[in-house]
Amino acid sequence: MNVMLPLFAVIALVVLAIVGVKGAHLSGLFGIVIPYAAFVIFLGGMIARVIGWARSPVPFKIPSTCGQQKSLPWIKADNLETPHNTAGVIGRMALEVFFFRSLFRNTQADYSGGEQKLVYGSEKFLWLAGLAFHWTFLYIFLRHLRFFSEPIPFFVPFLEGLDGLLQIGVPRLFMTDLVILAAVTFLVVRRLMLPQVRYISLPADFFPLFLILGIAISGILMRYFIKVDLVSVKALTMSLVTLSPRMPEGPIGAVFYVHLFLICVLFAYFPFSKLVHMGGVFLSPTRNQTNNSREVRHVNPWNYPVKYHTYEEYEDEFREAMIGAGLPVEKQAATPSETAE
Amino acid sequence: MLYDAGKIIAGLVIFAAFFTVPFWYGSDKTSEMPKLELTAKAKQAGQCVEPKEQMRQNHMQLLDDWRDAAVRDGNRTYTNSAGKSYTVSLQNTCMDCHANKDKFCDRCHGYMGVSELYCWDCHLDPTKEKNLWASTDGNS
Repeated sequence: MNVMLPLFAVIALVVLAIVGVKGAHLSGLFGIVIPYAAFVIFLGGMIARVIGWARSPVPFKIPSTCGQQKSLPWIKADNLETPHNTAGVIGRMALEVFFFRSLFRNTQADYSGGEQKLVYGSEKFLWLAGLAFHWTFLYIFLRHLRFFSEPIPFFVPFLEGLDGLLQIGVPRLFMTDLVILAAVTFLVVRRLMLPQVRYISLPADFFPLFLILGIAISGILMRYFIKVDLVSVKALTMSLVTLSPRMPEGPIGAVFYVHLFLICVLFAYFPFSKLVHMGGVFLSPTRNQTNNSREVRHVNPWNYPVKYHTYEEYEDEFREAMIGAGLPVEKQAATPSETAE
Repeated sequence: MLYDAGKIIAGLVIFAAFFTVPFWYGSDKTSEMPKLELTAKAKQAGQCVEPKEQMRQNHMQLLDDWRDAAVRDGNRTYTNSAGKSYTVSLQNTCMDCHANKDKFCDRCHGYMGVSELYCWDCHLDPTKEKNLWASTDGNS
């Protein structure tokens, strides 16, 4: 159920796009209205989520660390694992955002050894597939700028040239297309094959994977197999970004609308799903805090001003009575030493 | 209230700027499609090797097949979907009509950023090497 529901949801979205454009002739809806709506939801939703997080106070210093904290000068501290200053946090965050450093420590429990012992082993494939997936997604995202800009920025032809370096077929095979398919397939298969991961996998885990797989497959179909008139496609995208939306005169194949619709769903779904980790990774307190609780006192932002009564004030108030009762006091009543202090 | 407001707003500005690049970047943005110029000979021919829609979408595939047919298999004859035969040759068939590379090929390829074409690694680029251009047609 956790697998089939999102799978059928994505298939239904594909069918919806095909029927909507070819059956109901709603190409204006799928080509103009939905893309704009999805983009606005994405941008507004992401900003709202980040603002929401930023309004939540972080009561404690809770960086998750695994290194020697900065303490005495002769004890070697690890400023990347447990940063005590902003430079360390930036370094740690950069390694996390660009290379998924914490995932590199991923382990996997296995009970299938000969002696039926629970064994924890290093598991790097999730890290590798995750890294491959995210980087190729960014690469493909940037490559698509050729449909959205005029003149096309200098780095886009460079990215395409590098991607099509093997010069296989025409249009040239993009290596990233293969990598993203392989990586997302791995991420799906991993959730299906490992019993403990499958047990904790929800529809919300499979849906983005199937959706992205659908986007990749429709894009690959459109580039290599069921080609569409790309000049008309760019005329449409450019009319969107110049805010003068207009459907091109020539027809565009249904596979384009499937591709576009799935992307729109991804964009609109983004702020409300696990995918917000794109913004969330920067705001996770266990990563972005300095581990300097021994240097700087962390004050809970929601502490309200407490009216307290110090011992000195208490003694001042009751000194006479305390002395009268024979209790020890720190300051004697009305002695010259009080002024000397 | 917003904690770390400066950092949050800076981050959001970068985020919004990154995702709205298509809206603010680019001075030559227009919703117009590039206009192709057909030579007199192309206009007179009326139709390309295959129908126009098919050529728009699949010309690269056709050229790749032609390259393999001519160079690898030595097959210089192509029969189109209507049964008409053509000589498999970029320079003597395609560019016989479409001699104006700069006003035909390059218009869309430039628009779409198809810049890494290696057609002209082997074939003569008529806009650059006019003296060597072998076409007998003088309308370029």
